[in-house]
Amino acid sequence: MEKFQTLTSTCVPLPIENVDTDQIIPARFLKATTREGFGNNLFADWRYDKSGQPINNFVLNNPTYSGQVLVAGKNFGSGSSREHAAWALAGYGFKVVVSSFFADIFKGNALNNGVLPVVVSDVFLLELFAAIQVDPTTTITVNLEQQTICNNASGVVETFEINPYKKECLLHGLDDIDYLLSKKEAIEAWEKVH
Amino acid sequence: MTKRTLFDKIWDAHVVTAVPNGPTQLYIDRHYCHEVTSPQAFDGLRKRGLKVFRPEKTTLSPDHNIPTLLQDQPIKDLISKHQVDTLTRNANEFGLTMYGLGHSKNGIIHVIGPENGLTLPGMTIVCGDSHTSTHGAFGSIAFGIGTSEVEMVLASQCILQPRPKTMRITFNGKLKSGVTAKDLALYMISQLTTGGATGYFVEYAGEAIRALSMEERMTVCNLSIEMGARGGMIAPDETTFAYMKGREFVPKEEAWDKALAYWKTLPTDEGAMFDREITFDASAIEPMITYGTNPGMGISIHSSIPKLEEIDPAGRISFEKAMTYMGFTPGEKIEGKSIDYVFLGSCTNGRIEDFRAFTSFVKGKKKAEHVIAWLVPGSWAVEKQIRAEGLDKILEEAGFALRQPGCSACLAMNDDKVPAGKYAVSTSNRNFEGRQGPGARTLLAGPLVAAAAAITGKITDPRQ
Repeated sequence: MEKFQTLTSTCVPLPIENVDTDQIIPARFLKATTREGFGNNLFADWRYDKSGQPINNFVLNNPTYSGQVLVAGKNFGSGSSREHAAWALAGYGFKVVVSSFFADIFKGNALNNGVLPVVVSDVFLLELFAAIQVDPTTTITVNLEQQTICNNASGVVETFEINPYKKECLLHGLDDIDYLLSKKEAIEAWEKVH
Repeated sequence: MTKRTLFDKIWDAHVVTAVPNGPTQLYIDRHYCHEVTSPQAFDGLRKRGLKVFRPEKTTLSPDHNIPTLLQDQPIKDLISKHQVDTLTRNANEFGLTMYGLGHSKNGIIHVIGPENGLTLPGMTIVCGDSHTSTHGAFGSIAFGIGTSEVEMVLASQCILQPRPKTMRITFNGKLKSGVTAKDLALYMISQLTTGGATGYFVEYAGEAIRALSMEERMTVCNLSIEMGARGGMIAPDETTFAYMKGREFVPKEEAWDKALAYWKTLPTDEGAMFDREITFDASAIEPMITYGTNPGMGISIHSSIPKLEEIDPAGRISFEKAMTYMGFTPGEKIEGKSIDYVFLGSCTNGRIEDFRAFTSFVKGKKKAEHVIAWLVPGSWAVEKQIRAEGLDKILEEAGFALRQPGCSACLAMNDDKVPAGKYAVSTSNRNFEGRQGPGARTLLAGPLVAAAAAITGKITDPRQ
């Protein structure tokens, strides 16, 4: 997994609540047997019309907005457990998703793929949406070590929560599987007494 | 001694190690796998040169991509075929049990696990599928995982998980006649919203839950994820034990007695604490239907769709987007609206009791001519039982035909797609935009509301 330390970037705003993983990557695109290529179909049904032409008013098709940060309404990533949603976001180039609330399985999948979900307060989120609307070149800075996110338009800084273990994994680019493989003896010992 | 919940007892019994300041390393007793979320995990094993650590604890069944007609012929969609073939290849290469197309045990993974006795009380169960919560109906900790986690389970039979908070939802009183477990669940999700139980593992309790059959309990636990819960569970009792006894992979004779004695220790201790407690009156629940684009957007069938001013300001953009997508006007009645498709099936409502309920309503009636109905059993065992009880004949007389088992129109990865703009009353679990096909408009409901809609061609209270 790629390391994550700090990031300063412009943002892509998506002020919709309850964005489910069926929207992030529709089911008909889940037939691939590799992890690659999902970025092309990120938000496919909001992004392209029936004939495959870009829908102009969808934010990913609007050249005004770009960057490695997606800013979304609350309860982002609900529904299906498909890790393809995290692969699609990472494949498109997003490294951070900012929202006031994330669904559990999505959050885990994102962290396992080097995409950092940053939970901010409702107020911070609203102000960030407003700042991006006023000035699309608004940037944020995320510092994982410090666990801070700064709205660089206003200078407002918030701290965010992240499990200390997951933080270490991201900072150093480590996978859970490396930890589990190092615990074979403990697993076999557990099996003996159960 | 500390009072513990059902969840605490099972979780504590499966802790292998605890990562300092981090998640728990949890041992997994049963791992289910289907074709969509597993290929990249098997690839990961290959890249690391690993075998499956405990192959006997993983069971595979292709279900998402498979057609529901002519399953004896090669799958026509070549990309779907490749994914199903990849599952077969992985099963063979890694020495895993798979119930493939044409096997008498094939079906939706969450239907075949319980019906073969692979799901037992007290187990930890995972699958790369959010509706793994279904298995919690037996008093197990069952939850959906991502593909990286599927790889972890294959490699080590363990997973790293932060311990979720616990919630108990108690349903006092009795469900009214004509109100199903699906209505109970849709009611609960409409009250708690689609993210209302995020971060929690839920135990369902109370008189109305105890009165449910195992099939109905599976419907309720299945839908736990639709309010964001990590999983849902129900304490095992005589209903559970009676359902399990004699099924193929359930312990037999002395082993059964021993297991039974253990299972009886699992229910939550009197006085054990939950992080959150919620109570509902089951007798107040009416037949439910959804009007929007997430499962929390449900109302009783006689109610009106909310008005814009009744929606929280931050949620209005999403609400209006949903109304536009569904072609509905805020504040209008939902009853009597014309529908085009009916889907009976899925891991939510594809079991024998759902077919019994649907059949009991349509018996002696005729399907509305303009309605296209897809009746898809959850497994071949369910299909066999439908025929054994003669339900297929009754359905045929009423103008319905059975299809072959699979996930089908629940997520439309096969050919069972609802066309853009058409309304489908669906017994499945998600009404997200495009879930049943690009542009499809899904109305989630129970098997009785679906049956009534199939007969009248409109949204109808099955009790009338």
